[in-house]
Amino acid sequence: MTATVAPSSVEARPAPVLRGYRFELVKLLSQWRIRVLLLACWIAPAGFVAAVSLQSQLPADTVFGRWMHATGWAGALVVLDFSRSWALPLLTALVAGDVFAAEDRLGTWRHLLVAVRSPRRIFVAKGLATLTVLLLLVAGLTGSGIAGGLAAVGDRPLVGLDGHLLTPAGAAGTVLLAWACVLAPTLAFAAIGLLGSVALGRSTMGLLVPALLAFALQLAQLLPLPVAVRLALPSHAFLAWRGLFTSPVQAGPLLIGLAVSLAWAGVATALAYRLFLRRDFTDLAYDGSGRRVLVAGALPLAGLVALTAVVVSVATPAKGSGIEQAKVQDSLATAYAHLYRLQTRELHRPDVTEAQLRATASCDKGGDRVLDEGPGNDWRCVVSWHLPGATAVGTAIYQLDVTADGRYVADGDGPKEVNGYFQVRTPTGDAPNPLWQFDGNVDLLASTSKD
Amino acid sequence: MHRSPAVRGRGITKSFGDVVALDGVDLDVASGQVHGLVGPNGAGKTTLLGLLLGLAVADGGRLEILGTPVGRTLAVADGVAGFVDGPGLYPSLTARQNLSALASLRGYDAGRTAGVDDALEQVGLTDVADDRIRGFSLGMRQRLGLAAALLTTPRLLVLDEPANGLDPAGKHHVHRVITELAADGTAVVLSSHRMDDLAALCSEVTVLATGRVVFSGPVSKLAAESGELDYRLLTSDPAAAHRVALETPGLRVATGRDRVERPDADVLVVRGPVPAIEELVVRLVRADVAVRELAPVVAPLEAAFLALTGAGQTDEKDVP
Repeated sequence: MTATVAPSSVEARPAPVLRGYRFELVKLLSQWRIRVLLLACWIAPAGFVAAVSLQSQLPADTVFGRWMHATGWAGALVVLDFSRSWALPLLTALVAGDVFAAEDRLGTWRHLLVAVRSPRRIFVAKGLATLTVLLLLVAGLTGSGIAGGLAAVGDRPLVGLDGHLLTPAGAAGTVLLAWACVLAPTLAFAAIGLLGSVALGRSTMGLLVPALLAFALQLAQLLPLPVAVRLALPSHAFLAWRGLFTSPVQAGPLLIGLAVSLAWAGVATALAYRLFLRRDFTDLAYDGSGRRVLVAGALPLAGLVALTAVVVSVATPAKGSGIEQAKVQDSLATAYAHLYRLQTRELHRPDVTEAQLRATASCDKGGDRVLDEGPGNDWRCVVSWHLPGATAVGTAIYQLDVTADGRYVADGDGPKEVNGYFQVRTPTGDAPNPLWQFDGNVDLLASTSKD
Repeated sequence: MHRSPAVRGRGITKSFGDVVALDGVDLDVASGQVHGLVGPNGAGKTTLLGLLLGLAVADGGRLEILGTPVGRTLAVADGVAGFVDGPGLYPSLTARQNLSALASLRGYDAGRTAGVDDALEQVGLTDVADDRIRGFSLGMRQRLGLAAALLTTPRLLVLDEPANGLDPAGKHHVHRVITELAADGTAVVLSSHRMDDLAALCSEVTVLATGRVVFSGPVSKLAAESGELDYRLLTSDPAAAHRVALETPGLRVATGRDRVERPDADVLVVRGPVPAIEELVVRLVRADVAVRELAPVVAPLEAAFLALTGAGQTDEKDVP
């Protein structure tokens, strides 16, 4: 004998998604952990940026950290760079990584199912509530960082990663856009959190999944991976926003990073949804899907990385590490020309244009026995430039530390008046020397002149 | 008076892997009836309650709830409320917030508080309505779980161990609520290990053992299934009483390991059918032995339960 197929009339109507969403939001916001996180995200960045901006020692190892004295907008970017490393993966772990597991811990699944009457709607409501809380947290980090910087330093122009100057309005728009871009990988990690939370039940491993993945990906990004693989990782968009601060914008890596992150968010959410709907809620001892996590969760995502890497390598000019001699030289010369103009204005000298300077760079990595490509702190470059009306060619030497993600720090090693000292003497007193040390960003996908 | 069936199950089967949780179970519960579900751990009570709540679907058989057949997909039938394995409540929310959220999910106006207040009052939790339930005792949570079920004015109420953890006052509240609901026509199916609760509340019981029905019918009929019982006998002359008991046909005196209660030199434990016990009393009176106390060691219902299920000899893990 088999169970009869029921007419639909026996089933009560499921609760509307909006009401389920509201309930999930109330549950999340009633947790002291979430309240503490919200408070911290809305207050701590402002305090941090204001405090650091008023100190003499700046976090120069963080992108834009060296400009925190110069403009309030740099502070928000320092918060962004710190957040993408630790805060955002941890936030997603604590919010998304627990949203399903909490019901296992409390033993409330049956109650919730009886009340909502639709596992699909429960999933949607939980997903939307998680997204809302994460957006509130990210909005707090953004707003608080900006507020702290503007209050402590002021609304001043921002120097980009190629040395060009962004007006305060331009800086505001770009900073907000950068934070918006970071939402995509945050969503990807949130989806991983949902997947971990669904798949691993009450096990604390579910909570740790986004944080562990972020840690693993950060380690991977330190390695000299082929650029196609690097761009196929969901965490790449956590770095690619830096391309917004060059002119022209380094759109290729950013758009690919966003697309990859959104694909991860979609695939991981779909996998979590599938696992959730297949779950047997009558099993009180449910402690995760065990082997199914690997088969239904990790393997499809590993396949997504492989597929993305193949697509990127075929569809883009990506080769090797993406850090090539010509690109480094172009990037350094461009940044030098922009910053030279900035120094000229500081010193109240007659303005010159980048075209008049005709700055070029000649770079070598590690001497003759090493190929001039790839990351490393053994790049040595000589920048040459011209001044209008002068026949002599100016030269300055830089040591470059280029990291695998394309970011570099150029350390000046030349005449004190040009790039050999951290300060320059201006008519109004000593001022920071923009040519002494500066950050740059190599476009990993740009075609070199050789191509 | 004819009552329409709230639950009608025939040949229900349900397995979890190799474990057969329900094996051809029949169940009939009329509207307005309080129906008890008893059985040792692992008997399949929770599984059966889960089927009624729509948390699982049967592998086979036919189940009708409130007159409509239940299908193969997970779905909660309209008019059904209750809980299994304890009420699912959120400790970070207050009692009122828990109920308001539930009312909202069930489609009631979120701003309407009368239903929530009524439910809290019925179970005696008005004074702690705005306290977070993190600090609630087990009994208070049970009562709040019952209040949650009441919110929807169910026609079938399914309760798993509703008296678990209740103090006498809480038990009184719960019993009163269940009795009133039944009087208003709601069918109540409840599981319990406490036979006194079942005797006080239920008109009919179904006894399950290893997934099968071993008894189903009125509570009075279950008591009659108990067969021979042990009786505790306290008299003015224990030695004489012992002698008389040994001479009474159909009666035997429990000694040593036969005795299920704590040994007491003045107390005699005798075992036999009711007629033999009656004959013993007559003989004691004739022998000028005063009977100070004569009562079953184990209540008839409990004895019937033990006899039917062989409980006490088994200690299986409960099937979910």
